[in-house]
Amino acid sequence: MMDIDVVSLARLQFAATALYHFLFVPLTLGLSVILGIMETTYFITKRPIWRDLTKFWGVLFGINFAMGVATGLTMEFQFGTNWAYYSHYVGDIFGAPLAIEGLMAFFLEATFVGVFFFGWDRMSRGAHLFVTWMVALGSNLSALWILIANGWMQHPVGATFNFETMRMEVSNFYDVLFNPTAQAKFVHVISAGYVTGSLFVLGVSAFYLLTRRNVDFAKRSITVAAAFGLCASLSVVVLGDESGYTAEENQRMKVAAVEGMWNTEPAPAGFNVVAIPDAQNHTNSFEVKIPWLLGLIATRSVTEPVPGINELVAVNEQRVRDGIKAYAALEVLRKDSTNPEARATLQQYQAGLGYALLLSKYTKDIPNATNEMISKAAWDTVPDVLPLFWTFRFMVALGIFFIGLFAVAFWLVVKKRLDGSRGFLRLALFSIPLPWVSSELGWFVAEYGRQPWCIDGILPTRLGASSLTTSDMWLSLGGFLILYSTLLIVELYLMVRTIRKGPEDYFKPHLASTPALAAAK
Amino acid sequence: MFNFETLRLIWWFLLGFLLAGFAIFDGFDFGVAALLPWIARTDSERRVVINTIGPVWEGNQGWIILGAGAIFAAFPPLYGASFSGFYLALIGLLFSMILRPGGFKYRSKLQSPTWRSLWDHLLFVGGVVPALLFGVAVGNVLEGAPFHFDEWHRLFYEGHFLSLLNPFALLCGLVSVSMLVSHGAIYLVNKTDGVINARAKQIASIGSLVTIVLFALGGLWVAFGIQGYVVTGGGAWDGPSNPFTKTVALHAGAWLTNYVTYPWMILAPVLGFGGAVMTVRLVRSARPMWAFISSGSSIFGIVSTAGVSMFPFLMPSSSNPNQSLTVFDASSSHDTLMIMLISIAIFMPIILLYTAWVFKVMRGTVSGQYIDENSHSVY
Ligand code: HDD
Ligand code: HEM
Ligand code: HEM
Repeated sequence: MMDIDVVSLARLQFAATALYHFLFVPLTLGLSVILGIMETTYFITKRPIWRDLTKFWGVLFGINFAMGVATGLTMEFQFGTNWAYYSHYVGDIFGAPLAIEGLMAFFLEATFVGVFFFGWDRMSRGAHLFVTWMVALGSNLSALWILIANGWMQHPVGATFNFETMRMEVSNFYDVLFNPTAQAKFVHVISAGYVTGSLFVLGVSAFYLLTRRNVDFAKRSITVAAAFGLCASLSVVVLGDESGYTAEENQRMKVAAVEGMWNTEPAPAGFNVVAIPDAQNHTNSFEVKIPWLLGLIATRSVTEPVPGINELVAVNEQRVRDGIKAYAALEVLRKDSTNPEARATLQQYQAGLGYALLLSKYTKDIPNATNEMISKAAWDTVPDVLPLFWTFRFMVALGIFFIGLFAVAFWLVVKKRLDGSRGFLRLALFSIPLPWVSSELGWFVAEYGRQPWCIDGILPTRLGASSLTTSDMWLSLGGFLILYSTLLIVELYLMVRTIRKGPEDYFKPHLASTPALAAAK
Repeated sequence: MFNFETLRLIWWFLLGFLLAGFAIFDGFDFGVAALLPWIARTDSERRVVINTIGPVWEGNQGWIILGAGAIFAAFPPLYGASFSGFYLALIGLLFSMILRPGGFKYRSKLQSPTWRSLWDHLLFVGGVVPALLFGVAVGNVLEGAPFHFDEWHRLFYEGHFLSLLNPFALLCGLVSVSMLVSHGAIYLVNKTDGVINARAKQIASIGSLVTIVLFALGGLWVAFGIQGYVVTGGGAWDGPSNPFTKTVALHAGAWLTNYVTYPWMILAPVLGFGGAVMTVRLVRSARPMWAFISSGSSIFGIVSTAGVSMFPFLMPSSSNPNQSLTVFDASSSHDTLMIMLISIAIFMPIILLYTAWVFKVMRGTVSGQYIDENSHSVY
């Protein structure tokens, strides 16, 4: 049916381009709101330093934003170029949020971002403040819509299969919009963006304090970053937990894999802090457990059991068997679309259709699949436990670290003791990359944990890809990697250079007259 | 509220509207970028040219993002077939467009002349290549692309990249380049003064004349050179979106029959030619704004000409014509079309409103003096 290599290459290309895109996205999300906060302060206090703060962080925002736009374009095209069958099969539902994102979000942020940079002297202070908030609103709305789309892939609601068009079609758009998975993801991901923006501002300002430059400027920046970052990091963790909670309801298999839990945990379920999962023998060769914790995280109760991988596989095996009936009915309907029995069978076993498609890996003749094939297909629904288990724990550890970091920063700001805390400032500076690490890990958990599905329970990944040649795909993959990496190096160089030159390079006249700065020099 | 057939027709119009919006708005960015290394010689001249589009190009790019998104949402099979079928062309398009943000944002951040000239040439690539490839893609769609579906509606494309670059498609590519380059030149006439303005006027007049000639040539080629497609049976206008239910035949000159069946469609080529002729006349007038408007209308006409000639086809298949994609068998479901129509009806007016506001705020010419005074904050 499909050349497996094309699928692997398409996955690799999606993973690479998405992970690249998400190097720039979180900073845009966080920094745009921070710019809004700073400019609002300028609007209220009328003190020019706040305008300069906005402008300077705005320069860094712009350097990053350019790469977000460049890499985002690829994402928009990629479903059609590399995932053509996916586009056919679920485009009726998935395309809508993507298009609405364009209408509601991209136009907004992209149109106003030009005015943000070029419009300072062309409009009133109030009008410019409005522009800045529109940029922030636009980027946050874009996160909302793309996560509604992505959330639907994790938890496909409001859609039914239409055999006349051989695809999924929307049956309840309201459910797609208010998908609990999407809502939880949205809050978690924008909070992750705010953490990223705050830590960036905190770390860069710490660098200025360490080198005793732009002291006044840096302290004000830290005040904003510490307060905003503390709220954001709390929200990431509390609502990251929420993300786990919805995953539990919708994607039990993913939770079980992330937890390295082979057998159902009787209530109250314990949480594996460390373990060495052994996928061959369906068990962990080593584990350390905290009693009760998982039950609390995943089900918010101490009385409900949390199902393990072995049990979930048994459930999925039944689904494959149901799906075979639906698949057979579909073959009848293709010849005789009015056959009432086949219609009724398809209707009844529709939910299993996607599971029957898993068999396409083993046979062309799905209705006559052997028991062995069915069992293999059921075991295919288990994602790769070991990497999920560890990446997830790493993300969580970082989340807890961020709370601590921002809490200390906030306390130092309140106590006005930033100057003396060089150790802390150094820690803040070197922590700058960590939010990016946690976000990339988070996407890995979410996306790799969804395997083998493209659309959970509906479309196996291996069927979603376009029919392309591997040589074309190598060409594009290689091209993206070279182009993106070169641009990333240029971007990082310009960022570091701009930071090193610092705000004084931009606003010599104002800053020289700021007493605190003069004193610091 | 609307029946399925009406919704599909509305979305066919909207698709044309969005693609024309893309060609008009992103088009002048492409045109200006394509002209950059030639129309501006010194660094200060080049910065003037770049800053004429600096504040607006990102918003303009919204049109292609929305266009792609709207094809995905309203005609998913078309999105999959065209994007995966024309794979390397699309990748080339992406690569060239990815160069643009750096060209704007990063170019003037360093002083080095080599650095700046490198970005200028990358911006040139980011202007010419998309303009050319879009025309080539339209040409290939007019000729029909070699694809078929299997029983699960999986698409198989039988052509390859080099077959896209056939003579007719290349002619379409040249129409697109010349129309966008003259459009960009007219934008520069409006936004600059002095020597760049003078050069731009010249390019705009010549470019518009070339566009008229090439567009006419394309018309003749469509009439006598390539075959068009006609639906000969099956395929209800309100049936399920299934491209297996109709029969299709090929005829020489079939792309012109619509002008007999629906005479109003003749407005599209008339606008294409008329707009370009008016542009030539208006470029040197005291109000070059009107030249910009007529050049935009010409683009609207030329893009629509391709669209209406093919109606109801969206992407004909040359290797299996019966499986061609049409407005009536490659759309989303009724509900999705309706949801998308409501969304666009709400948000498109808002978009146009704030876009107009931004253009108003940024109105006026960009001069060398302005660049010198704001050398840190502009591109
Ligand atoms: C959680 C947030 C988030 C996620 C998961 C994604 N994006 Fe993104 N995207 C943004 C948040 C964002 C943003 C913050 O709004 C960006 C980043 C920088 C920017 O310019 O806007 C952006 C830019 C951006 C652009 C350029 C917009 C412009 O020109 O202004 C496109 C076309 C996309 N994205 C498309 C996608 C697609 C198709 C994705 C999924 C496959 C995707 N993005 C994932
Ligand atoms: C920018 C944030 C995102 C990152 C970093 C990301 C990461 C990944 C990764 C690592 C994979 C590869 C999984 C694998 O093949 O093992 C993947 C696959 C995929 N993701 Fe995401 N993802 C992101 C956002 C999205 C969004 C928002 C969508 C949907 C709109 C999406 C749709 C897909 C699809 C279609 C695939 C390919 C099929 C698959 O392999 O599962 N991704 N993504
Ligand atoms: C205690 C801390 C955290 C917990 C409990 C947590 C929980 C989760 C869970 C369960 C998922 C997977 C959702 C899914 O499978 O669909 C996830 C994904 C993700 N996490 Fe976290 N997380 C934490 C900290 C962080 C931090 C600190 C960041 C970044 C600053 C982060 C960024 C992400 C991102 C970007 C995703 C992918 C998007 C998504 O699926 O929501 N997380 N997180």
